[in-house]
Amino acid sequence: MKSFIRVAAASVFALLVGSAAAQADLKFGVAAEPYPPFSSKDASGKWVGWEIDMMNAVCKQMNEKCELVEVAWDGIIPALTSKQIDVIWSSMSITDERKKTINFTNMYYDTQTVIIGAKDGDKDITPEHLKGKTIGAQVSTIHERYLQKYYGAGSEIKTYQTQDEANNDLAAGRLDYVQADGSALDAFLKTEQGQACCEFKGQVPDDPILGEGVGGGLRKEDTELKAKFDKAISELATSGEIQKITENYPELKPVIVLPTS
Amino acid sequence: MVWDWLPTYMPLLINGLWITLTLLILSTVIGMIFAVPLALVQALQSPYLATPARAFCTFIRGTPLLVQLWLLYFGLGSLFPMIPGIRQSFLWPVLREGYFYALLAFIISVAGYEGEIMRGAFLGVPKGELEAAKAFGMSPWKVFRRIWFPRAFRLALPVLAGETALTLKATPLAATVTVLDLFGVSNKIRQDTYRVYEPLLLVLVAYVVLYFFIVWAFHWYEKRIPQKR
Amino acid sequence: MAQPGFPEILSLGDQGYGDELLRGALVTLQISACAYSIGLVIGLAGAMGKLGSNRIVRWILALYTTIVRASPDLIIILLLYYAGTGLLNSMLTARGYTSVHVSGFAAAVAVLAFMYGAYSTEVLRSAIQAIPVGQIEAAKAVGMNPWLRFRRIIVPAMLPLAIPGMGNLWLNVTKDSSLIAVVGYTELLLATRQAAGNTKQYFMFFLCAAFIYLAITLVSNQAFKRIEARFRRGMPKLG
Repeated sequence: MKSFIRVAAASVFALLVGSAAAQADLKFGVAAEPYPPFSSKDASGKWVGWEIDMMNAVCKQMNEKCELVEVAWDGIIPALTSKQIDVIWSSMSITDERKKTINFTNMYYDTQTVIIGAKDGDKDITPEHLKGKTIGAQVSTIHERYLQKYYGAGSEIKTYQTQDEANNDLAAGRLDYVQADGSALDAFLKTEQGQACCEFKGQVPDDPILGEGVGGGLRKEDTELKAKFDKAISELATSGEIQKITENYPELKPVIVLPTS
Repeated sequence: MVWDWLPTYMPLLINGLWITLTLLILSTVIGMIFAVPLALVQALQSPYLATPARAFCTFIRGTPLLVQLWLLYFGLGSLFPMIPGIRQSFLWPVLREGYFYALLAFIISVAGYEGEIMRGAFLGVPKGELEAAKAFGMSPWKVFRRIWFPRAFRLALPVLAGETALTLKATPLAATVTVLDLFGVSNKIRQDTYRVYEPLLLVLVAYVVLYFFIVWAFHWYEKRIPQKR
Repeated sequence: MAQPGFPEILSLGDQGYGDELLRGALVTLQISACAYSIGLVIGLAGAMGKLGSNRIVRWILALYTTIVRASPDLIIILLLYYAGTGLLNSMLTARGYTSVHVSGFAAAVAVLAFMYGAYSTEVLRSAIQAIPVGQIEAAKAVGMNPWLRFRRIIVPAMLPLAIPGMGNLWLNVTKDSSLIAVVGYTELLLATRQAAGNTKQYFMFFLCAAFIYLAITLVSNQAFKRIEARFRRGMPKLG
C-alpha cells in the first residue's frame, strides 16, 4: 500500500512537472487526423506534409524551438484559448467570424472551395438541383457554414469530425456530395478510393463566409507573436522558400495560391 | 452564461431527445430479446452453442463500445463499394443512416452484457423449483415460460436497471457517427454559436434527469412484482 | 500510391502500422494506469470522508459521486477536457501566477482520474463498511491513532472485499480511455483511426484495435484473479 501511494504521488508529480517544464517550446496545434497532402501521420508515426514542412520553415526563420501537438479539430480553438497550444497550424481559414474569438497570422496559402460527388457526370451544383441530396462537410469549418447558409434549406447537411470521415462516407455512398478545400479534395480524388467513386463537380463562388485564405490561429493577446509570424512568413515568401517547399508537392502547385510577400 | 440561443434550437433539442430515447428503448428491448437465448445456451451448457455464446459475450464485454461502433460504421462502410448492387437494394436507405449503426452497436452491446447477467440469473433460480414444475408434468417450454424465465428476470432486475442506466450513459457515442441525438444537437449548437459550456451543461442536466428517471422507474416496477420470502 | 497488402500493413517499423498501434496501446495503458492510481487515492480519501463525521464534506462527496455516476462519460470528458484547463489557468492568473501548459496526456489522466475517483469512492466505501465494527473498536481500544488504524486495520481488512470491484474499475478505465480519442489525444483508438484513414483499411484496423483491447481485458482478468487469491488468504472460500 505504501509503495502504491508513493508511485501514485510520483506520477502526479511527474505529470505536473512534465507539463510545466515543456513550456519553453512554441506549441503548434495540428488536427489529429489525416489531411493529405498538408498534414498526415505516415506509417513510421511521423507527421509529414506541406503544412508540416511550412511549420518547420517558419520555426527556423523565427529561431524558435517548436513542438507539434495533436488536437481534435473540433476543440482546436478552445485548445488555443486555454493555452494547450500556442498557434493553430491546421489549414484554418481566416474568417471574420473566427476573428471575434482569435487572431490570425497573415495568410500562408489559399485555395478554392469545391464540391465533389459520386461519379455520374451530373455537374450541376446549384442549391435547387441538390434539393433532397445529402452533403457532407467537416464540423466547424467554413464549408459547414457555407452549406448551412446556401444549401441548408433543401439538402441534408451532415457534419463529420474529420475531413477523412466525410470523404470515406462519400466513397461508401452515404453522402451524395462533399464540400471542402479544393487542394485537399483534389488529393482525395487522386487516390485509388477517390478515383473509383467520385469526381469533381464544381467550384463554389467566392463568399465572405469562405474567408481570405489559410493562416495560423493565435490568441488575441499574443500580438508580439503575430508580428514574429508575419515577418517570418513574408521573409519565406520573398526568399522563395515557400515555393521551394511546394516543389516537393507537385500535385499542389495547380491548386494552391502562395503568399507573394 | 448566455442562453439566448435556446428558443432557436428548442425544436432540434426535442428531436434529439426523441432520438436518444428511441435509441435507448429499442436497444434495451431488442438487446434483451437476443440476451435470453445467449444466456440460455450457456446455462443449459448446450454442446455446440455454449462456447460461441460465451465467446461473443467475452468479446463484447472486453472491448470498448466506441470501437465496436466505429468498426460497424466505418469498417462496414468501407466494404460497401466492394458489394455490387448494394446501393440499389431496398436496405440501402437504412444502411446510409448513422442511426442504424448506432442502434445495431447498442443492441449487440446490450445483448452481450445482459446475456452475461441473465446467464447468472438463470443459474440462480433454485433447482428444486424447476424440478417441482417438471414433476407437475409441465413441458420444458412451459417450465421456461412460467417458472424459469420469470424467476430469473426478477432476480436480475436490479442489475438490469443499472445496465439500462449505463446504456443511457453510452448513447452520446452515437453522435460520433453523424447521429443528431441529444448530445449531437448540443455539439451542433456549440459549433454554431461558439458557446462551449452552456449547451453541454444543458444536455448534461437532461441526461442526469433521465438517469434518475430510469433508476426510479425500475425501482417502482420492482416493487410492483409481488414476491414471497 | 499502391496499398501494401495485409501482413505488411501491420508490420513493425517504418512501412507498417503495427508499431503505431502498439505504441497507442502503451499510451492507453499509461493513461489508464495513472488515472486508475490517482482515482484510487481520491477514492480512499473520498470513502473516508463519506464515512467521517463532517457533514459538509459528506454532502460535497455525495454530490460528486452522484453527478459522476449519473452523467455520460463522454460529456464529462468533453466538459473537463476543454473547460478544466481553461478554468485552471484563469484561476492561476487571477492569483498572480503564470498560466501553465497542460499536456494532452495530463488532461486525459486528470479527467479520467476525476471520474474514477468517484467510482472508487463508492467501491471502497462499501468495502470499508463491510469491515466488522469490532475490529476498528478493538484498534481504538489498544490506543492506535487514526492514521495507524487506517494503515494497519482498515486498509488490510478492506482490501480483500474491495478487490473484485477494483478489478472491474480497472477494466472499465481501460475501455473508457478510448473516449479520449474523441478529444484528439493519440491513444490506441485514435492511432487506429489515423492508420485506418491513411490506408482506408477501416475494417481490419478497427478489428485489430478491438482484439488489442480484448487482450488487455483478458490479461487483466487473470492478473486480478491472482491478486484476489493472494489477498483472500486465510479468508473463507467464496461460493
